Amino acid sequence: MNLSVNLPGLSLKNPVMPASGCFGFGKEFAQFYDLEELGAVIMKAATGSQRFGNATPRVAETASGMLNAIGLQNPGVDQIITDEVPFLKERQVPIIANVAGSTVEEYVTVTGKISEHVDAIELNISCPNVKEGGVQFGTDATLAAEVTAEVVSASHVPVYVKLSPNVTDIVEMAQAVESAGASGLSMVNTLTGMRINPKTRKPIIANGTGGLSGAAIKPISIRMIHQVYQAVDLPIIGMGGIESADDVIEYLLAGANAVAIGSANFKNPFICKEIIDELPETLEKYGFSKIDDVIGGAHIEKDPTHLLRS
Amino acid sequence: MNRESMTILHHERIAKDTYQLVLKGKLVDQIEDPGQFVHLLIDGFYLRRPVSIADYDKSSGTVTLLYKVLGEGTKALTRKSVGEQLDVLGPGGQGFPLKSIQTQRALIIGGGIGIPPLYSLAKHLHNQGVTIISVLGFQSMDDAFLVDEFEKFGEVYITTDDGSLGRKGLVTDPLSELEGTFDTYFTCGPTPMLKAVSERLSDIPGYISMEERMGCGIGACFACVVESPDKKGYRRICCDGPVFRSEEVVLS
Ligand SMILES: Cc1cc2nc3c(=O)[nH]c(=O)nc-3n(C[C@H](O)[C@H](O)[C@H](O)COP(=O)(O)OP(=O)(O)OC[C@H]3O[C@@H](n4cnc5c(N)ncnc54)[C@H](O)[C@@H]3O)c2cc1C
Ligand SMILES: Cc1cc2nc3c(=O)[nH]c(=O)nc-3n(C[C@H](O)[C@H](O)[C@H](O)COP(=O)(O)O)c2cc1C
Ligand code: FES
Repeated sequence: MNLSVNLPGLSLKNPVMPASGCFGFGKEFAQFYDLEELGAVIMKAATGSQRFGNATPRVAETASGMLNAIGLQNPGVDQIITDEVPFLKERQVPIIANVAGSTVEEYVTVTGKISEHVDAIELNISCPNVKEGGVQFGTDATLAAEVTAEVVSASHVPVYVKLSPNVTDIVEMAQAVESAGASGLSMVNTLTGMRINPKTRKPIIANGTGGLSGAAIKPISIRMIHQVYQAVDLPIIGMGGIESADDVIEYLLAGANAVAIGSANFKNPFICKEIIDELPETLEKYGFSKIDDVIGGAHIEKDPTHLLRS
Repeated sequence: MNRESMTILHHERIAKDTYQLVLKGKLVDQIEDPGQFVHLLIDGFYLRRPVSIADYDKSSGTVTLLYKVLGEGTKALTRKSVGEQLDVLGPGGQGFPLKSIQTQRALIIGGGIGIPPLYSLAKHLHNQGVTIISVLGFQSMDDAFLVDEFEKFGEVYITTDDGSLGRKGLVTDPLSELEGTFDTYFTCGPTPMLKAVSERLSDIPGYISMEERMGCGIGACFACVVESPDKKGYRRICCDGPVFRSEEVVLS
């Protein structure tokens, strides 16, 4: 079955890619399977210069998920271009760079540099784990539009804006970045959360709060994509708690054009490949013959044909 | 490193809240050095649990783990029975680099559940003819394990928090009287203990094995970092470690 999906800047052989921050720059996972099997690779966040991130512990387990506060640790954009991108470039797989920063200038600088080496930019205005910038841009529609417009003009490739779910009105955010020139959306980043250790009476994560990911957030992300799909005209990369091919179908039906898998890679390093392998069969199970027919399917399903499939 | 459904051959309580788990599978073949770990997926839990390889035997394809019940995950693990399968990712990390370690007289210092990886190390060093002195610390007598096994390799000093076995105190207490009897030390335990040991023995070559909460366990997520004094500024415990030369990391 043909699983290919075409999005601005990205011609994907299938709609599955690893999510930013959960796959490093690919090297660690290349020992498990050929990265060319993936629809694309989304790299770990890049900032203007090297960042050491937050104190440890940086992760905590939750019911059906986890909290993390890595704090955007990365070697800085220049080193990513020289030391990390070439490894991915050797492979036939589209590369998406996740760009983060504390100021609009930093976002612009990083984008200008790295967009010459990748197929698309994922603009991370939604990291909840850094003191300045990050989620600030992602929770204020005016700021989000401003940084999007600047980054779009600095970029040599299409820009997908990664939205934060930590907002009251996700549609307002999506519309703001759409009008600022985004080519697509990436939905969603983690939800801010906290766990407290009763023995120490302190948060488990040194940073205090962390971003919640994993199966626990899937219904929230599905709901947000379902809402945004109806309100904007941009392709959506959907993510949050995907662990199976069925989950992928759910995301596509809600309105995602492709999906990213994050924390599930920690449980099972083969997860992306396994889901890609299972997709044709799963599509067939639900009566689809190609990916395009699934996308947004939850919005157009009006006739009672589902009775035949249940 | 691989992911494998391993078979439980043996599962037994060996001390207070402490269990021995023997697993059989192909990934045993990939173990390179003592001090590496496996990452266990326990039904119903989101993240894997890192557990050190306490012993292994490539000819029978078995690996022995010793774990202490600390929270819900390890508690659930105790309910797995012989004959059942366990989802294991491993072997992970860099262990004690047997090929490059130069030692005639080794001091082994283990605190509580930090002792298991040192067992496999001591066994290898002993087989190579290295003289071994061990200092093992436990909370109390009920928590003690592997004492007889370490005694087979050489002299053993025991400390307990309550004095119920060996002498009352910390693993660092016997160090002053052991001065000059060893050329290299090897230690694993809680970070404050590692810090105390490496500060006391700062002029002697040493290897420390560290613990930190992990996400991926393979080097991709940067959950498990520790500061390093070089330009790079950090090490990942899951893949650059868990064993480090004492001067390679900054303990806090
Ligand atoms: C490299 C390495 C080797 C280890 N070897 C052993 C061993 O041989 N025997 C043994 O008993 N224990 C060992 N540990 C500690 C063991 O991983 C934890 O005790 C265990 O994860 C606790 O799980 P839990 O569900 O019972 O506790 P919970 O507190 O319920 O666990 C919640 C989360 O915190 C993590 N966590 C809690 N304590 C620790 C800790 N000390 N280190 C790392 N993660 C932790 C858990 O993995 C889980 O993700 C090792 C840890 C590391 C990093
Ligand atoms: C450990 C960890 C690190 C992450 N780092 C980043 C990051 O650098 N940039 C980013 O945009 N999102 C980051 N994320 C968010 C994920 O890309 C993803 O949006 C989120 O985890 C939801 O997907 P999941 O439930 O499949 O994990 C990170 C998530 C985790 C768990
Ligand atoms: S646990 Fe993910 S990098 Fe070490």
